[in-house]
Amino acid sequence: MSTLKILVIDDEPGIRSGISRILRNFRVDYPFMEEAFDFEVQEASTGEAGIELIETDKPDILLLDNKLPGIQGVEVLEYIRKKQMNIIVVMITSYASLELAVKATSDGAYDFIPKPFTPQELKSSIENITKRVFLKKMTNKLQETGKQIRFQFLSVLSHELKAPLNSIEGYLQMIRERQAGPQLESYDYMVDRMLERIKGMRTLILDLLDLTKVTSGKGTRDIREINLVDIAHTAIDTMRPYSIQKDIKLNLHGDDVVKIMADNEEMEIIFNNLISNAIKYNKEGGTVDCTIRGDGNCVEVLVEDTGIGINPEDLTKIFVDFVRIRSEKSRNITGSGLGLAIVKKLIDTYKGTIEVTSQPDTGSKFKVKLPIEKPCS
Amino acid sequence: MTTKKTILIVDDDQDYLYQLKARVESFGFQTLLAESQKEAEELIVKTKPDLAILDLMMENEDSGFILCYKMKKRYPEVPIIIATGVAAETGISFDINDENNRKWIKADLFLEKGIRKEKLKEEIDNLLIKMNS
Repeated sequence: MSTLKILVIDDEPGIRSGISRILRNFRVDYPFMEEAFDFEVQEASTGEAGIELIETDKPDILLLDNKLPGIQGVEVLEYIRKKQMNIIVVMITSYASLELAVKATSDGAYDFIPKPFTPQELKSSIENITKRVFLKKMTNKLQETGKQIRFQFLSVLSHELKAPLNSIEGYLQMIRERQAGPQLESYDYMVDRMLERIKGMRTLILDLLDLTKVTSGKGTRDIREINLVDIAHTAIDTMRPYSIQKDIKLNLHGDDVVKIMADNEEMEIIFNNLISNAIKYNKEGGTVDCTIRGDGNCVEVLVEDTGIGINPEDLTKIFVDFVRIRSEKSRNITGSGLGLAIVKKLIDTYKGTIEVTSQPDTGSKFKVKLPIEKPCS
Repeated sequence: MTTKKTILIVDDDQDYLYQLKARVESFGFQTLLAESQKEAEELIVKTKPDLAILDLMMENEDSGFILCYKMKKRYPEVPIIIATGVAAETGISFDINDENNRKWIKADLFLEKGIRKEKLKEEIDNLLIKMNS
């Protein structure tokens, strides 16, 4: 339910209170769009008072009488037009000043309601306007979100895919031109960097495959009863080589058996991502603690690390596609920026939740909650 | 005797930064490097470069534009090249030839990353000559 703000500017108290009464319990429904509107009416008896309310309360719809004690309705209209405000103006006018109303429409008023009007006339006029507001809101939203998502995903994807290629190509050209002289060793740094970029690109491609699996959401999902602790063991075993390299202890705590209805592969993706992040963003000699507990209704998974942590202002960004928090501390860590986005999307499909708390330079803690019996389709 | 001109290069890709530094230094310039919009903003408070080459997408997808705006405010005469890896072929890249966009993004030149070496040198020289004339 959304509420549209209506401002009535009229010097006749009877008109103002009448409109308020008629619209108080009025609703406009768009059941097929799962949207409904109700109305909040504000009143002003002069144009001056009205303009003040327009400034402070930003109404969606203005019902405007022309004949006012101070400045006239058309001047209020002019004010709105000059300031390019997004308000739909409807002139309330007596038949005698129809001509004026027509002129007002050409000056930017959307419609006019002739006085006196019946409640039904007012309602149908408001209904029309609501439809217009709604459509406008929808188009804006669609354009914004659609454009935004496509722009972000494609531009970032092409950036992320081209960057390693450009980098490798650049180094190869430097090597071909023997820019560092005849000594082979002088090129070691470049070769290392190329291998690193290739590794990053491979991660990105694998993550993209995971992501398409999640977002297409069809086909291969195989929901059955599985033991999450087994999955955690597998993930830990897979990550063991990396943890040994960085001298990081991996611990698993909690229950021995935690059963859940879920797809094996999807749970692996979640654990792999959380545990590999906990290692990647950890410090040498640090610890990763993974705890799994079930209480009959809900599974709680905690993955805690003793790593570089996340700044408070970055906490909300980390689940977004391709977002990698860049800092001096994380610059040498490769990642696609998709891992947590995938994890979040997967958890959403199970109607679960993921939360993160973090202390910069001390560590981060990811808490996942999953319902045991899958309630969604 | 001429002193070497200083070129500020800002890019969050450490490899691109390394390569561009090598390339620009081979043209006979000095370089000043920053790996983020933030780092660059701190840098330009202390130092005024003779020209800047900025990456477009860094911490934010429009970091380059913001940095460009801030640089022009501080040093209106310093030419700025915005280098971008987002090609027009994706169909969603910013239309840099659009009049309106050019008006607010005050960069002097937009270049695709991966531009040929000779071309890059030519563009830098042109901008430096224009600035001094």
